[in-house]
Amino acid sequence: MRRIAIGLMSTLSGLVLLFSYHTSTNSGTALASTGTAGGTAAGQSDGTASADTSADGSTSSDEASSSGSSSGSSSGSSSGSSSSSGTYTGDAVMTRWGVVQVEITVKNGKITKSEAVQYPQGNHRDEQINSYALPVLAEEVTAAQSANIDAVSGATVTSDGYVQSLQSAIDQAHL
Amino acid sequence: MTVPGQARTVRPDADPGTDPAAAPALDGATPIVEQPRRSFVEQVMGLPMSVHVRGPLARDDRVARAVEAAFADLRADDAMFSTWKPESPVSRMRRGELRLEDAPERVRRVAALCDEAAERTGGAFSAWLPPAAGARPVFDPTGLVKGWAAEQAFDRLVDRLAALGPHDVLLSAGGDVVVGCARTDTPDWTVGVEDPRMRSRMLLTVPLRRGAVATSGTAARGAHIVDPATGAAPSGLLSATVVGPSLTWADVYATAAFVRGADAAQWASTLADHAVVLVDGRGDVRTVTGPPS
Repeated sequence: MRRIAIGLMSTLSGLVLLFSYHTSTNSGTALASTGTAGGTAAGQSDGTASADTSADGSTSSDEASSSGSSSGSSSGSSSGSSSSSGTYTGDAVMTRWGVVQVEITVKNGKITKSEAVQYPQGNHRDEQINSYALPVLAEEVTAAQSANIDAVSGATVTSDGYVQSLQSAIDQAHL
Repeated sequence: MTVPGQARTVRPDADPGTDPAAAPALDGATPIVEQPRRSFVEQVMGLPMSVHVRGPLARDDRVARAVEAAFADLRADDAMFSTWKPESPVSRMRRGELRLEDAPERVRRVAALCDEAAERTGGAFSAWLPPAAGARPVFDPTGLVKGWAAEQAFDRLVDRLAALGPHDVLLSAGGDVVVGCARTDTPDWTVGVEDPRMRSRMLLTVPLRRGAVATSGTAARGAHIVDPATGAAPSGLLSATVVGPSLTWADVYATAAFVRGADAAQWASTLADHAVVLVDGRGDVRTVTGPPS
């Protein structure tokens, strides 16, 4: 169960990464998501629990330790039962506009639902950000579970657009 | 998990007899080892170029020097082929100051590849474009050079790294990706194909140990692709992604598929050893796999 939770938390970090990609280019946020972009969990792509994790429950990622700022994002609390079902809440991650916290629902080892239980509130800009980013977040995890990608193929990214690209967040995590 | 018509994994390289990741799974457990990894980014040819190296020396200075040499290769090709740098051989050709037969060997090689690309794509790709209606066609190999130069730099980097022991390498040239794995104990590289309408969302992911993924579309820069037959921006597709063994050809085929538009799926089904992902104007996704060679 613990290993399942850890594997899922890695995915969860990716959700935060994807979320923060929309809301912010804050580099601290991208770095906080290192555990996911590092490609640590072998079984993560199919949502099962084959991720090889160390005994203390942290993800065993070289990159995570070398980036030095991955604390928090890959741990989380679990309210699930002993089967691979339940609800998992990730740690709150600080973004430029406020705190983001994601909760996922798992049934039989597959993520069936994800939502941000905490997201920035307040000014008009935040409302715009939230209305755009949150549905993306939910679709992302239930459709492809592709947080664990190494590169993005898409229409040509220019130098100007790079800073805001998902590729730049992945690159940041491994510098 | 699966959204109909959206989430699907393309794996042209999935023959268990040739896939080193699949082969050792004798007891049901693939021996995946966490290897050190490092990324490098530089802006070359106006594009962000990202290199990732995975293996025991990934964070060693020797790897850093090998990657720096790869960026130097890319800068050298930029100086050779840029249509923005007035003194580049290609710029001189475009002004009529330099004939193709007198151009440097790399320029002649690329010109020959451009001719081959026009042939392979039935004219959907061309390096000879009229700058205005009725004007004389001017040499513009840009559509091929980016992928070709990236692949050349990648191949030379793989050779340089081989001297340091087995390492895996990934290079992304502004969204066109080439990967290789000299190791067998590492996970596949995972390349996400972005949704052209929502660029942080992946339509599907492609696990690769060796090969390339290239995408043509308008999402990032507007209509920078023109149909050589009409001079107009092609319509009908939001993006075309090609997965294949070579970045040069994946890139050319992606451009050609995008130009072909409605005709692209039929054409893509003839491309041996390639898989093509087409996103039409309604956002519907279609994957087409060509025959094995």
